[in-house]
Amino acid sequence: MAQVQKCFGSHKALKGVDLEVRKGEFFTLLGPSGCGKTTLLRIIAGLELPDSGHVLLGGQDITRLPAAKRQVNTVFQSYALFPHLNIFENVAFGLKARQIEPFEVRRRVAEKLEMLGLDGLDKRYPHQLSGGQKQRVALARALVNEPDILLLDEPMSALDAHLRTQVQEELRRLQRELKQTFILVTHDQDEAMVVSDRIAVMREGLVEQVGEPREVYSKPRNQFVAEFLGAANIIAARRDGGRVVTSLGSFDLSAAPAWDEGSLAIRPERIVLADGQDGDGNWVRAKVREAIYRGQSLDVWLTPDDSAAGDPFKVRVRTHGKDHLRPGDQVSLFFPPEDLVALDQA
Amino acid sequence: MPDDYSKIPDNKTGPPLMAPLPDEAETDPNLVTWYGGIHRRKDLTRRGSYLLGPGLVWLLLFLALPATGLLALSLAQRGDFGQIHWVFTLENYKRLAGFGLFGWTPDHLLILGRSLWVGLVTTVICVLLAYPLTFYIATRPPKTRSRLLFLLVIPFWTNVVVRAYAWLLILSPQLFPAKLAAFFGLIPAGSPLFPGSLATFLGMVSTFLPFVALPLYSSVERMNWELLEAARDLYANRVQVFLQAILPQTRPGLTVGVIVTFIPAMAMFVVTDLLGGSKYMLIGNLIQNQFGQARDWPFGAALCLALMALTMVGLALYRRWGDPRDDNGSPAGGGRP
Amino acid sequence: MNAKRPVVALIAIVSLIFLYVPSLAVAIFSVNNAKYGLLWKGFTWKWYTQLFSNQAILDAALNSLFVAVISTAVATVLGTALALGLDRFPWPRRGVKAMDLLVHLPVVTPDIILAAALVLTFSLLRKLSSVFEMGMFTLILGHITFQISFVTLVVRSRLAALGRDIDEAARDLYASGRYLFFRVTLPLLMPGIMAGAMLAFTLSLDDFMISFFTHGPDSVTLPIYIYSSVRRGISPEIHALSTMVLLITVVLVVIAERLSRFRREG
Repeated sequence: MAQVQKCFGSHKALKGVDLEVRKGEFFTLLGPSGCGKTTLLRIIAGLELPDSGHVLLGGQDITRLPAAKRQVNTVFQSYALFPHLNIFENVAFGLKARQIEPFEVRRRVAEKLEMLGLDGLDKRYPHQLSGGQKQRVALARALVNEPDILLLDEPMSALDAHLRTQVQEELRRLQRELKQTFILVTHDQDEAMVVSDRIAVMREGLVEQVGEPREVYSKPRNQFVAEFLGAANIIAARRDGGRVVTSLGSFDLSAAPAWDEGSLAIRPERIVLADGQDGDGNWVRAKVREAIYRGQSLDVWLTPDDSAAGDPFKVRVRTHGKDHLRPGDQVSLFFPPEDLVALDQA
Repeated sequence: MPDDYSKIPDNKTGPPLMAPLPDEAETDPNLVTWYGGIHRRKDLTRRGSYLLGPGLVWLLLFLALPATGLLALSLAQRGDFGQIHWVFTLENYKRLAGFGLFGWTPDHLLILGRSLWVGLVTTVICVLLAYPLTFYIATRPPKTRSRLLFLLVIPFWTNVVVRAYAWLLILSPQLFPAKLAAFFGLIPAGSPLFPGSLATFLGMVSTFLPFVALPLYSSVERMNWELLEAARDLYANRVQVFLQAILPQTRPGLTVGVIVTFIPAMAMFVVTDLLGGSKYMLIGNLIQNQFGQARDWPFGAALCLALMALTMVGLALYRRWGDPRDDNGSPAGGGRP
Repeated sequence: MNAKRPVVALIAIVSLIFLYVPSLAVAIFSVNNAKYGLLWKGFTWKWYTQLFSNQAILDAALNSLFVAVISTAVATVLGTALALGLDRFPWPRRGVKAMDLLVHLPVVTPDIILAAALVLTFSLLRKLSSVFEMGMFTLILGHITFQISFVTLVVRSRLAALGRDIDEAARDLYASGRYLFFRVTLPLLMPGIMAGAMLAFTLSLDDFMISFFTHGPDSVTLPIYIYSSVRRGISPEIHALSTMVLLITVVLVVIAERLSRFRREG
């Protein structure tokens, strides 16, 4: 299998999605609820048929192949463990359904149970397990089949926040060890950042951007992506020769935008905060409106002095939390050219 | 491991994202995904029919068809020897309304009204007893609670004939209740306390109390008692506490209880037959009479339809008042005493 | 409000006593050594031993059991298939609604109407074949008719509780249709089927109205036997028989309780 390709053109929930997932990568479908990411996952799993379009696995069209005949396994959001079977039987289900020899079944199940730290629980029943354990059983039950693709449908949504972080890291480690293709569906951008090799950000049945976490985060293509992946300052702007002019002043960009009029985005933590210093290019003077201490960071809302017509434009800046800023303080802001991103019109 | 990851081919030269797909082959509309499988719609329908078929045919043959037959029969004529003449007539309904051979009599309407009345009184008494009973059970410690519930389930399943028989025994002249009544001159000495209204209602209430109490209990058990406390602080008046705090919370269970009591109570045959005597003839007894000794099936069918109409009124009230989705109260899911 | 509690307790306890006193009285008089009258003449088992030598009673008990077993078996199979057929196939919504109405009909209609309707049907079918003479056969047909509904309702509620996820998970794990049904659906549905069967069995044993209308001279069941003897007056033999019926009820309720507890824990 050289490449995993999926092309869709399903209506309503999916308005023509075209994606390519590479073998051995951890791919994440990220988006708000109702964006079609789960539908997409179910189409890959074979639990749903697209109205049109194709699903290709290693070059083979599997669009109409039923779930039972696809080398694709799913970890369901509800885990969907079989309540009448114990953990061993749950994990062994897929192997037994394909009539694999009992000896081999036992070996492979034991291997996966051990890998996921479930050894000793094989005689328990699902209702006797904790949420985290159930999740790992669901994972083992899918992985034991050594699928070409493992699909994970919001697998962390039933876990509490503390456990979630831990499980995310484990999941990442597991995927690297197994070198299997994982496709995760989530609405949690932090989760997507932690685990993924690449992320597809989806909205209303369309893919807005695909890329590595770093790329999607620091170089969002449009306002939706910029705002969905954490906080962003969005500034209306127009092009004027090599520079970009905004209500805050004019800025240099590392790459010139493709539009004449559009918007710029910059992450709060990329804006450099300094008092006293000043300069010509990309410097803005501003007054502190509000400072919110968040422990690891300090969120500062600022009103630029040169804000056109006294418009109380707000800029959000995130610093390390060492600064002691009070409302009314005068500060200077530096907008690094490489961190200012020109957004597509969207 | 990160090395492997970096070996992943670059996507930048790949196909453009979000581009409309060429050659959008429509998926076969006859294929559907259903419970994880991909099937032809035709296959699903065929297999579904195999499963559905026998039960459906049975219910049509012995339920839907007879029901329609009953309707037709109610519009037919009784022959002189009890046979059925399939001639269209409204005679049976006219008789039901009281227009008989010898002018207007309220006899049949009285029986209909009495059925409603007995059903209503029985239901009201049962509800009045069921509230304290379920509150008492719900406030016991868990072990006592399950034992008391068991004590409610037993009479729920006790055969109605057996229970009516037990009352015949209790009310017989040699035992204390009848002797007491005779002592006060209410009945002649040496005669039993049945047939009569006391015996009828004793029998009815003891038959239906579990039918109200069990569904009601399922609501009372889930009740938020803090709301009750709050209501007690807010309203001085107990009636208001009941109306504002208890009734809204117990309405689903209460509605199920009322329905499974009122409808069969109205149509009761056994209890009124054994304990009521001729003065407590209800529509159930009248129907049995038409299909039995009187051999007037068309009139019996008309009575059945009248009873069905009363049932529909009851069910309409249920639809409006109770949320059927909360309906998991009575263990039988309904009642057939 | 504290003053109200004793009143609540009093009404509750009186209600429970009220439910049990008649049956207890019957049980007590069933071991009274007096053929007539209700004076205490000492303890005896003789009414019970007489029960077992009374052929009519033995026949009635056997009939009740026979009818209950046969009708429950048929109704459980038909009702379960009906529930599966209704719930697990993509029928048009209207069709399902109409079926729902049909299935609910025997649950909500007074049983005397159902009984009358069956009498009519059998009388018409009798013109086609004499097997529809009132008797064991018609009695069983009548019982199955109302039992199907109850089995279907119980099994359907269990099916609804199972949801779609489990099926999809099994399919995702390479299960064929047959494997899915026998390894997942059926085992998970079993408690519901058992509960439905138990309910159908109890309803059949307990039924008076349908049996009263559709039985024949060869198929007198226990409730009908008791009813016709009661019309002739109370007797110690009927005390004993009633007590036996009551005890059977208790046993059945205990079994049902155990089954449902096992279901909840398992």
